[in-house]
Amino acid sequence: MSAITLKDLAISYGDTQITEGVSLEIAEGESFALVGESGSGKTTVLRAIAGLAPEWTGSISVFDTPRSHGIDNAVVRTCQMVFQDPYGSIHPRKTIDATLAEPLAIHGIGDRGNRVEAMLEAVGLDRRFRFRYPHQLSGGQRQRVAIARALMLEPRILLLDEPTSALDVSIQAEILNLLKRLRREQNLTYLMVTHNLPVVSFMCDRLAVMRHGRIVETATVEMLKTGAFKDPYSRELFAASGGPTPVLAS
Amino acid sequence: MSRPLLDVQNLRVSFPTPHGRVEVVKGISFTVGRERLGIVGESGSGKSMTGRSVLKLIRAPGRVTADRLDFDGIDILSRSEKQMRAIRGARISMVMQDPKFSLNPVITVGDQIAEALKFHTRLPGSEIRARVLSMLEAVRINDPGRVAGLYPHEVSGGMGQRIMIAMMLIPEPDLLIADEPTSALDVSVQAQVLDIIDDLIRSKGMGLMLISHDLNLVARYCDRIVVMNAGEIVETCVASELHNATHPYTRGLLAAMPTIDESREELPVLDRASWGGT
Amino acid sequence: MASARAWLLADSPTSRLQANLGRLYRITGMLLRNPLAAVGAAIVLALVLTAIFAPWIAPYSPVGQSLQDRLLPPSAEHLMGTDELGRDIYSRVIYGSQITLTIVLLVAVIAAPVGLVIGAIAGYFGGWIDRALMGITDIFLSMPKLILALAFVAALGPGINNAIIAIAITAWPAYARISRAETLTFRNSEFIDAVRLQGGSPARIIVRHVLPLCTSSMIIRVTLDMAGIILTAAGLGFIGLGAQPPLPEWGAMISRGRTFILDQWWVATMPGFAIILVSLGFCFLGDGLRDVLDPKQGDKG
Repeated sequence: MSAITLKDLAISYGDTQITEGVSLEIAEGESFALVGESGSGKTTVLRAIAGLAPEWTGSISVFDTPRSHGIDNAVVRTCQMVFQDPYGSIHPRKTIDATLAEPLAIHGIGDRGNRVEAMLEAVGLDRRFRFRYPHQLSGGQRQRVAIARALMLEPRILLLDEPTSALDVSIQAEILNLLKRLRREQNLTYLMVTHNLPVVSFMCDRLAVMRHGRIVETATVEMLKTGAFKDPYSRELFAASGGPTPVLAS
Repeated sequence: MSRPLLDVQNLRVSFPTPHGRVEVVKGISFTVGRERLGIVGESGSGKSMTGRSVLKLIRAPGRVTADRLDFDGIDILSRSEKQMRAIRGARISMVMQDPKFSLNPVITVGDQIAEALKFHTRLPGSEIRARVLSMLEAVRINDPGRVAGLYPHEVSGGMGQRIMIAMMLIPEPDLLIADEPTSALDVSVQAQVLDIIDDLIRSKGMGLMLISHDLNLVARYCDRIVVMNAGEIVETCVASELHNATHPYTRGLLAAMPTIDESREELPVLDRASWGGT
Repeated sequence: MASARAWLLADSPTSRLQANLGRLYRITGMLLRNPLAAVGAAIVLALVLTAIFAPWIAPYSPVGQSLQDRLLPPSAEHLMGTDELGRDIYSRVIYGSQITLTIVLLVAVIAAPVGLVIGAIAGYFGGWIDRALMGITDIFLSMPKLILALAFVAALGPGINNAIIAIAITAWPAYARISRAETLTFRNSEFIDAVRLQGGSPARIIVRHVLPLCTSSMIIRVTLDMAGIILTAAGLGFIGLGAQPPLPEWGAMISRGRTFILDQWWVATMPGFAIILVSLGFCFLGDGLRDVLDPKQGDKG
């Protein structure tokens, strides 16, 4: 079964056309990357799937069910998103507990205290953090909270918008390991937007390269590792990302 | 190399907090000659504060002390704000992370670059115009005449950063401090911008202090690397020898980065206890 | 005491209550460390206590007339002297604090929430809702406050309740503007997007996520406006459209004392001092609150 199917997706903001003819099929359990530079429309695709960019034509299906343009309660329970900036994606005046319990409250799910504690543990946060405010947490800890929040409703798909680009390398490694472990444990499907090819190499099974709102090439991660791209732009991106890393052989 | 361009001994930068003064740079020493020095570290390592203290850009209540902070024989710490203005831009320049915040939005690009020149030299208008255009050409802008007439919002991020570099290099300083000059740019543009900086530094025989969080980038564009962590220098090495780094922090950072042909199931995580870091 | 403090300042609170109380404690602590704010807080606290305990503090009845004691200067017997009907001005000023506090509290309770909600709705939804709501707000804003209040009182009839309604009606547009501006700054932020993605309804997002972020600037603004509200109420009282005699409203008292201002200065001056003192108290407190509650400062921990 395919988790996400995009057919001929054209997204616009007002009069500006952001993407055109984007078609993709992501299988359940797969980890897929959308790669491209700023302005390529990759984040917009993610937002359209989530329901945050409602102006589109074409079709978006989640688990073979076409989704509506707005926020859709059926999709909410299966598909959640982790944002790029851990400093801007958590309500500054609410405790971690309140942030994590909110989705449960919205959907009338009980036993919130225990669920919040269990989720904190799953994302590797000590229970001491439960009643802290976001400003008492570091960037990496906040991103763990953001991941925990996305998982509170037990979705099957996680949309990841550059989840580590705002973090230091050493913290990035921790978050990437966490995401990888969670995917294994909960059998999640990932759709990750990133500009960082090494991260794709570590995290993903397949990738699509986007440019100017179109997909120029879809490839497997094996092709990425060897640089076996066909499209000239993909090759350029590969070269700019350092190719097969020359410096670091540790 | 007789005398280094910049000589820093026991530099300390501290800020007051409700719990007393906290040092963000804890007594570091290094020198920069007419070479390319990379300063690498994660956020909170004090690398940016180091760069800013060289230009005396740390404002009260921040406090900078050093046993020595000499630039080309000039004692920076004893300079007044007015004397510093003559040094900033003319002799030491700084390129910041995001050109959007560094360029004045209501003045054309050409005028802004010319301003940098007028401030420090006395040249006739036609001469200035010619210098501006040749500088824009030097940062590989194809149609300098047209670009000089544009406003900052009309140029892309990569071009904005090249304009910043043109502006910073036109008074022909001796030392360029580049603080994360390409972090706001796309990967393919990053290489272009760094190549331009690299070319100009080499051809003019200037010194470069490249401050970045990106080990790979610094290794590629610098001669020597200083690794900072929690306000201290943990390791100094020649760039080409980075992969032989000995300090556990440096080794940990190197290992924590995924590679483009990654085959590890899990990335090693820094064990911060092993060298007593935070 | 020490253990209570440790509990409040705990780095890792163990319950929602402890986290909230801890935040409150920290804010109060920061507020009191600011000398002007502490003075303001003391004045406002004194006002509240005076209003509550007026019957016990005041030596005389505020309305009891004694014509042989007319217009006596301040003395040990009458701390602030007496007015033209022989009433003790000190007692009247003390009872007047009840009226002032009532006006201030009721205006704040009516105007601030109305403004807050209207502004947040306009800011969150945008589009025609925003244009309609802000159009109404602009109409109210464009009219001079006192004149509008005058018109309302003239239409509704003089009296303290109508004065309160009139002031509240003129006060809310300013709050709506602030709360709209605040809402616009984080309407598109990712933490609001995250709640939308969880299926939160617009009402829930506005009430539980947007409003809490507007309240601190609202508290600051309301506190700073208190002085203005007191002055407007006093102004209405002064021209006879606010509290009616024999109520000891400060503005009305000044108005009565105007006749004697040259010979018996204390009749108008004493309530005037009360107005100045209380207005200043609210201003100081408001400034202090701004320093403490301003989001740009509060997040530094």
